[in-house]
Amino acid sequence: MRVAATLTVNGASYPVELDPHVSLLRAVRDELGLTGSKEGCDDSECGACMMLLDGAPVNACSYLAMQAVGREVTTVEGLAGDEEVGPLQRAFLQQFGVQCGFCTPGMLISATALLRSNPDPSDEEIRIGLSGNLCRCTGYDGIVKAVHQAASGEVPPLRGAPVHADATPPHHAG
Amino acid sequence: MSPSFTSASTLDDALAAVASGARPVAGGTDLVVGARQGKAPLPQDIVAIDRVDGLRSLEVSDAGVRLGTLVTHGDIVANADIRDRFTALADASAIVGSHATRAQGTIGGNVMNASPAMDTGGPLLCFDATVTLRSAAGERTIGLDALWTGPGKTSAAHDELLVAIDLPAPAPGTGSCYVRLEYRRQMEIAVVGASALVVLADGNVTAARIAITALTPTIRRVPEAEAALVGTKAEADAVRAAARAAAAAATPISDVRGSAEYRRAMAEVMASRAVTAALTRARGGSVPIPASPAMYGAKES
Repeated sequence: MRVAATLTVNGASYPVELDPHVSLLRAVRDELGLTGSKEGCDDSECGACMMLLDGAPVNACSYLAMQAVGREVTTVEGLAGDEEVGPLQRAFLQQFGVQCGFCTPGMLISATALLRSNPDPSDEEIRIGLSGNLCRCTGYDGIVKAVHQAASGEVPPLRGAPVHADATPPHHAG
Repeated sequence: MSPSFTSASTLDDALAAVASGARPVAGGTDLVVGARQGKAPLPQDIVAIDRVDGLRSLEVSDAGVRLGTLVTHGDIVANADIRDRFTALADASAIVGSHATRAQGTIGGNVMNASPAMDTGGPLLCFDATVTLRSAAGERTIGLDALWTGPGKTSAAHDELLVAIDLPAPAPGTGSCYVRLEYRRQMEIAVVGASALVVLADGNVTAARIAITALTPTIRRVPEAEAALVGTKAEADAVRAAARAAAAAATPISDVRGSAEYRRAMAEVMASRAVTAALTRARGGSVPIPASPAMYGAKES
């Protein structure tokens, strides 16, 4: 039987009815429709589902949604604020820290938590800090560079037109 | 019957819930994963205890340290006194899971999960930790060797909650270390682990504790290994004899992380590394905790 509960995600309150056994990841994706966080291993190994819970990282695939009631949840959708994408996200794009993009939401959340506890991490600290997040495309170098760039505070705006999810790729034009 | 979930705000509420059959969840890092891997289905009735008042205190005194059951691994590594006096425990908590696990995972849940591969188990044994179990009827305090009865099994009754773990102050001249063999830096479970604690007086080993991890059904100390060190000056021969004795106590299994043969071969290596690092620390030398301060998962205190 589902029970009534309220989840607070990215500053918004969502009244929902939850199965007491449902994971935070499933609730946020299926009930709230916020599909930025990904299900990779569904076993706390890959980090693709990572969210912040009252500012601290959590593997949302393995956390009961009911335990998040009354806490502030942050997903990748909440990282940019009023901007289209935030500086950390821009750095990931500019340093080629994104290829297929599946690990990216978890990487961004993990890197956000890392930079809050350590605003100027070394290469080694970034690699250890993000080693709970697996990436099968980039080889990690671009991701490490992106976190360095975000830490430097010097991330230029993206070149060209703003990126919209519904923009038609140029090679499809005409 | 449909599943239920309640969140307790007081210890009495939590004890009443477990007495009526609910299973407790704290940081939640093991419960859902365990269910998915088929170890045990999710309990029908769950009581969350992570918001119970007063169980996340970390009390440091001359007599030692008392860890409330909800103290996280991040809390442990962030504490300067634990890093200084209970270094092997800091070594272990620093590498449990990832920073997500260390932010959510509690020491009480870790101990009650009773994994033979848990990182903090060996250090807690070496520091002679005791656990206090409470039920509505009262409380009792026992050693970890009396708590852990098998892989994933404890002697706690279903209506008992672990409320605190006490570690007496180590003697002057103590050095300690936990090391594990791993394939990955984070989200890793020990393939083989070893813990050592030594007390030096004028260069002589006056006391020693050596524990082995992921090598026996429950994490255990190896008295024969400890005896090989006590009374020596910890020369290379003595360290080797201790490591060999530790490995001889291993009865490992073969699983996805390693064969029994490999584990047995690595047991001596890891025990030797733990003893050597503990000796270095006892002599005032530096062996860094295996993560930088920024990796502690919490601000330094």
